[in-house]
This record gives sequence, C-alpha cells and structure tokens, in this order.
Amino acid sequence: MATEMDRVDVVTVGVGWTGGIVAAEAAKAGLQVVGLERGRERGTEDYQHIHDEYKYAIRYELMQDVSKETLTFRNSRDQRALPMRQLGSFLLGENLGGAGTHWNGQTWRFLPYDFEIRSMTEERYGSEKLRDDDGYRVQDWGITYDELEPYFDQFEKTAGISGEENPLSGPRSNPYPTPPMMKTRILEMFEEASSNLGYDPIMMPSANLSEQFENPDGQTIAACQYCGFCERFGCEYGAKSSPEVTVIPAARETGNFEVRTHSNVVEILTDEDDDSQVTGVRYVDTRTGEEFIQPADVVVLNSYVFNNYKLLRVSDIGQQYDPETEEGTLGRNYCYQIFGGATGYFDEQFNTFMGAGALGMAFDNYNGDNFDHSDLDFLHGGNMAITQTGNRPIATNTIRPDTPSWGSEFKKESIENYTRTLRVQGQGASLPHKDNYIDLDDEYTDAYGIPLVQLTYNFTDQDVSAQKYLAEKAAEVVEEMGANEVVVDAEISDYSIVPYQSTHNTGGTVMGDDPETSVTNNWLQHWDRDNLFVVGAGSFVHNSGYNPTATVGALAYRCAEGVIRFAEEGGRLEEE
Amino acid sequence: MAEKGPDEKQFSRRDFLKTTGVATGGIIGGSLLGGFVGFNMNGDSGGDTAQNDQESGGDIAQGQQDPGRVFFHNDAEFETISQAMERIFPEDDMGPGAITLGAPYFLDMQLAGQYGNNTREYMQGPFYAGETTQGYQARLRRAELFRLGIERLNAEANEQFDDDFSNLDGEDQDEILTRFQEGEADLGVPEDTAKPEDFFGLLRSATIEGVYADPLYRGNRGMEGWKMKNFPGHQYQYIDRIQSDSMVEIDPQPLFGGDHNGNGNG
Ligand SMILES: Cc1cc2nc3c(=O)[nH]c(=O)nc-3n(C[C@H](O)[C@H](O)[C@H](O)COP(=O)(O)OP(=O)(O)OC[C@H]3O[C@@H](n4cnc5c(N)ncnc54)[C@H](O)[C@@H]3O)c2cc1C
Ligand code: SF4
Repeated sequence: MATEMDRVDVVTVGVGWTGGIVAAEAAKAGLQVVGLERGRERGTEDYQHIHDEYKYAIRYELMQDVSKETLTFRNSRDQRALPMRQLGSFLLGENLGGAGTHWNGQTWRFLPYDFEIRSMTEERYGSEKLRDDDGYRVQDWGITYDELEPYFDQFEKTAGISGEENPLSGPRSNPYPTPPMMKTRILEMFEEASSNLGYDPIMMPSANLSEQFENPDGQTIAACQYCGFCERFGCEYGAKSSPEVTVIPAARETGNFEVRTHSNVVEILTDEDDDSQVTGVRYVDTRTGEEFIQPADVVVLNSYVFNNYKLLRVSDIGQQYDPETEEGTLGRNYCYQIFGGATGYFDEQFNTFMGAGALGMAFDNYNGDNFDHSDLDFLHGGNMAITQTGNRPIATNTIRPDTPSWGSEFKKESIENYTRTLRVQGQGASLPHKDNYIDLDDEYTDAYGIPLVQLTYNFTDQDVSAQKYLAEKAAEVVEEMGANEVVVDAEISDYSIVPYQSTHNTGGTVMGDDPETSVTNNWLQHWDRDNLFVVGAGSFVHNSGYNPTATVGALAYRCAEGVIRFAEEGGRLEEE
Repeated sequence: MAEKGPDEKQFSRRDFLKTTGVATGGIIGGSLLGGFVGFNMNGDSGGDTAQNDQESGGDIAQGQQDPGRVFFHNDAEFETISQAMERIFPEDDMGPGAITLGAPYFLDMQLAGQYGNNTREYMQGPFYAGETTQGYQARLRRAELFRLGIERLNAEANEQFDDDFSNLDGEDQDEILTRFQEGEADLGVPEDTAKPEDFFGLLRSATIEGVYADPLYRGNRGMEGWKMKNFPGHQYQYIDRIQSDSMVEIDPQPLFGGDHNGNGNG
C-alpha cells in the first residue's frame, strides 16, 4: 500500500531548470511546493574534483543511470526498436539540477520567426514551401516572440547571462545583465573572417558569467575562471548558472519549498469523478522501494522531454499520436538537430585546451529566415559559431578523413591536430515530420516495470540539404580564417543514436492554440486537465538553430505564471 | 619541469630483476614476472621518455613497473591485450605507446569495476543484433567481451599465422586487428551475443582512454600522454592566460598529488 503524504499546493516532477523555476516562482507567491526528484541532492561542493575527463565526460558520472531507465530507438517503423543501452547521442540529466548542472551555458533566444514559422513562411514564399505533401508538419507555436519576450528577459536576469546585442535576433526589452566574456585569439580570428565576409558576428550569450552577479532573487553567481571543464561537468566555482546556484536556493529560502530526492514518479493520479482534473502523483523511493502518493492541487511535469511524455502516456492522459492516421497529439513533432561544419588545419598552435562552455562567437545570417530561401530546398537554417569550450585529450582526436583510426599515423595526426585545428559549425534547425514521433515500447521495461519510451526518428531530406548548406558556409569562414586546409563535414545520412550530437531533443508534448495539434495551451496547461502543466523542450513545436535552454527557461516562467494564476482563479487559462 | 620523475617513489624494475635473480634476457612468462612481460619488448632504448631516464641504456625491456592487476590473472591474456593496445597506440617518434603509458593497467582496473560490469548500462534482454545506428546491443558485459576477444585474437592468429597473437610481428597483428575492426573476424558467438567490431571498438577507445585519462586511473604514466598533446591536465583556471596571442606551454598537473611532475600553481 502506498503511503499518502499531506496535500500540497503544487508538486513538480523533476527539479532541473524548469522544475526549479516553477518551484521558485510558486514558492515566492506563497504556494506550498514539493519537488520530487528521482536523483540525489548535489551542489557546488560536490564538484571539487571535477577536472576529470574520464569520469565525468566519458563515463557520464553526472548523467542518467540508464541501467534503470532508457529508451528504445529505431530509424523507421519497419525496424525493430532496440534499447539505447548506453548514453550517446544525447546525455539525459539526473539528480538535483538535472542537465542544467552539466550544460555548456550557451543561452540563445529563439527567433520571432520560430514561433510563427508557418504563417511567416506562407506569407513570404507561399504555402507550397511548407511541403505539407512531403509529410512536414510545420506549425505556429500559439505564442509570439513578443509575448514571450518578458519571460526571456526574466530567465536571462535569473541566470545573469553575459552577452551583447545581436542585430539579427528579436528585439530585447533590456540589455544582457552582464557584459560578454573575454575575446580570445581564436574568437578574434573568427570575428575578423566573418566580418570580412559580410556577416554580423557577436559574442555568444553565456551562462558562464563574465563577472560576479547578484540576480533579482538575491542569489550570487561567481565569475567564470575559464577552467576548460564545463560541458559535462559541474562548476566548482558556482560560476556557471545552474538551478543549484539560482532557482533552487531561491525556492528554498522562501520556506515554502521542499525537495524530496530519490523520489521517482511513476504515475500521475487522475480523479475518477472529474476528468478535467488530476489529484497528485504516485512515486517510488528509489532506495527503499516504498511507494508514496503525493496529493496536490496542481501537478507540473518538469521531467524533460521523454519522461514528461511517458508520465502522460502511462497515466492515460491525452491521446497517443498515430503516424498512420495522424490522429492524437501525444508524442508528435519530435525533433532534434543537425550540425554542418568545417574543420580548418593550421600551422599555428592555439590554446584549445583553455576555454569555457559558452565561450564563443557566432552569427545568425544563415539562421531562421534571415536569408532568402526562394531557391533553397529547405526551410530555416542555423546559428554559425566557433566555440572555445576547452578541448580534452580523450575525446579530441581530430584526424583527416583518409587517416586510419588507429596506429602510428592516427597517433601523429591526432596529437599534432589537437592544438592546430579549429572548427566552425552551424547548429541547424529541425522541423517536424509525420514519421518522427515518440511512443511507448511494448517489449522493454524500466526498473519499475514500466514500458520504456520508444523513439522513431530519422533525418529528413530538409535536414540533409540544410546540413550541406551550413557546412559549405562554415568552410568559407574557416578558409577566410587562414587555414591551410579545410575539411568540410560529410553529408549526413541516417540518424544514429551512438555518437554525441546534442541534448537538444524537442517535441512530444507540444504547446499550441489548437487541441487538435497540441498537448498544452500556451500557458503550458494540459488541454484535458486544468490543473496539470507540462513544460520543457518537449513543448517546442519544432527545434530551432540554437541551443534550447533560454526558450525552455522562458516557457518555464510562463508556466509558473500560469500555475500561480490557476492556483488563484482556477479554470482554463487560455480563456482570457 | 619539476625534477622528480614519477618513478622515483615507485618500485624499481631493475632492482626487482636484480633481487629476484632473473636474467634480463629471458623474461617470457612466469607468474612472478607476469606484469613485466611484453612491456616494450620490441622497443629500443625508450630513453626519451621521462620515466625511463634512470633506467635507459641497458638491455632490459623498458616500460612501467607492475602496479598489480585485479582483472587479468592470466599473464598470457594480459600480454595479448597489452600488445593489441600497443598496436592501436604504438611507441614511435611522437613518444611512448600504450604499454609504456600503462594503458593495459588502466584497462585491467576498469574491467574489474563498473565499466567492466556495465553497471550503469541497460543490460536487460532480449538481445537482438540491431543496426549500427542503434548502438551496442551485445549480451556480453565488457569484461566478458574482452576475455572472449582475447581468446579470439589468438584463435585468428593461429589460424592465419600459426602462432599466438603475441608472437606475431606488428604487421601481422595489425592484419588481425583489422579483421576485427571490419567485422570479418570470427568471434565464435552469434551476432546478438556480440560482434567482432564491438570488441575492436571497445579496445580502441579503452586504449585512448588509458593513454589520456588522469594518472589516477593508472594509465597516462608520468602524464606523458598529456605532454605529447600539450594538454596541461587539471589547472584551476586559465583566466589570466586565455587572452594570450600565442600558444602557452604549461606543465601538466594531475588531479591528485603534486608528484606527477605538476608544479601545483594552476
Ligand atoms: C552536455 C550538455 C550540454 C548542454 N549544453 C547546453 C547549452 O550550451 N545551451 C543550452 O541551451 N542547453 C544546453 N543543454 C541542454 C540543457 O541542459 C537542457 O535544455 C535543460 O537542462 C533542460 O532542463 P529541464 O528542466 O527541462 O530538464 P532536466 O534538466 O533534464 O531536468 C529534469 C529532471 O527531472 C528528473 N526526472 C526525470 N524523470 C523523473 C521522474 N519520473 N521522477 C522524478 N524526477 C524525474 C531528472 O532526474 C532531472 O533532474 C545541454 C545539455 C547537456 C546534457
Ligand atoms: S569554464 Fe567557467 S563556468 Fe565553466 S566550469 Fe569552468 S569556471 Fe565554471
């Protein structure tokens, strides 16, 4: 028998960026909040011995333990889906802070075009361009950039983002809270080359702070020391904005927030008499195996793309998407990203081992609809960037395409190129296709006996074209930077779950203004259950040519406002 | 450069050989000396690497001392895998190879623990071979796969060249490793149990890991792997140097213990 806990106002499932933001805002508004987190407690004091590439970057110490839970994957419906037995393509978060602990901190706002992609494309190029007949399902988000702008602003202030004005992004109500990071020789070379080519390079907006900053919640974030161990690591200085140094302490300080770690939520509980409500969640103590019920007036899913989807599905809330009939919304619009880049080989040696997760420069001249697509066979594009994140020796073995992957020649090339190669790449957008979706697996289960999420995904022909285009543009920049030799990325084919690409998974629980094509309204409130909110990159209708977290953070602030309003007034929030 | 080499505190290989009265010419096999076997047997002086400075010049096979083994109890197995790793990352004019760098000892420790037992990986059945885009689908844990792989390296060697893997010259060893890499070797088990390329892939990445991981993990001896790449290891910060216009050379520093040639100033 499950033990029933005292009722609370709000329960958040998962405590990463989204869970932390919702908890902090709700707790500040006086609501009693419990955060259920399947992983353990952790914070800056746990990162003292973090400069260990093998343990943290190669063996994934901070990430999801996939022996307990993973997903199954196939490229297409005619394949047998098999479990992702070890992490690879993306690195799922676990423990307090979620993936926000070991992210890079590259903090971009999506473009105005992203939120209204269908209408804007139709307007500029006509509806043919949307390629509905080829299976693309491009749709507006049910919210505009202007509506979301105040939430972007709020997220950037909470995280203290260091950056400078970008002439090619949406208008800002305020400058970045802190100035950009330091410019290094590598970045200057990129800046000069891309300016020469007529582009508009800017310093990448960064959550590795250029100076110490106290955020509006009164939390202090330290100044980045450029240690070079950022992505996949926690920050020992508390200089990388993460939920543990910002929103989680802010929530705790209100006295209205309790984090319960080692608590894996397995079900959202529904009300037998009222199918417009949920009543709480059921969770398992991962150490004792005991079951608990946490009743709550509002349930918020903050457990990332896959578990947000899974909890809805196993709790039978909403209708599963069927790729045959295209009925159902739960699981549709799964998107990912493509990377088109080029590597330059130089005689000069660079300090490639120094860096920070979001130390970089970039331009948006080939992102969104900032360039003419009339004669192109793809929509959208990507942010073109160079980063100096701190290359580490196990993972960085750059060799020319015809070099063997082991033996003396490999050794020579990989050692020489370690400090002599620089890479520019476009981070390409990915648009929804009817054949890319999430479902539940019918063969494999997790440690709690619940089916695994099943992912059916492949790159589309738009992806292939966009990747090629971005790679060629990147090559021109690298060439202009003075490389002796430029190697352009090979064309992509089938998506593989093996090599790391990005933890920028999106869709599955998308937002919108139409219940026929979305799972939540634009307050992130579930269409069928008034007191259930679902937020994260799963809310994205498609994926942009940027890293997701500023947009995830903005949506979380929007969601928090919705939760607070709902707690006060009840009812449907879309009915203003 | 700090003056103290990493081996100063360690057990001297030459002393060991002296005290046990073993002639330096014939160190093949024998459980007592198992750990030394095969260490840079083909190499020449090896005197260009810091840890060999005190010992170079003799006809003793150069290389690291034996820090003890926890997974490979069988000397022949250890010898085989050591040589295979050396082919992946050989000693040459760039610097020391996998054996001198202690990569086999790194692997030994890893196989005995979490890595070898796939404790943080999804190992529930059923097992199917799958597409390459679906990743590792073997039923075998890494520890089992390495044992099987070693067995099959020798089987292939005997079939093709009538001798054990470790007795072949480098080129023949490469030919066999390539057969594994390309999925042509016979692993002697069905595809859903494991594929030869799975074994090769693990062998390759474990070698690179053993060469470049922090010395804490028993590879990357004397941080010689890092030195070849100009990687300074654990530094507290680069804030005061990152804007330098030229390449900055920094003495490497391990995570723990300043006696790995680090100067500790980060
Ligand atoms: C290596 C890496 C680099 C990245 N770099 C960048 C970058 O530079 N820029 C950028 O914008 N983004 C980056 N990201 C992505 C970024 O980390 C995520 O977008 C962000 O952290 C997502 O926040 P979230 O709250 O939605 O989910 P998460 O951070 O994943 O948090 C979800 C939490 O829910 C918990 N949980 C899951 N299921 C359950 C359950 N059933 N019960 C209880 N708890 C549960 C998890 O343990 C986790 O703590 C990166 C990610 C990684 C892994
Ligand atoms: S690079 Fe900066 S923000 Fe990142 S871990 Fe190091 S000090 Fe922290």
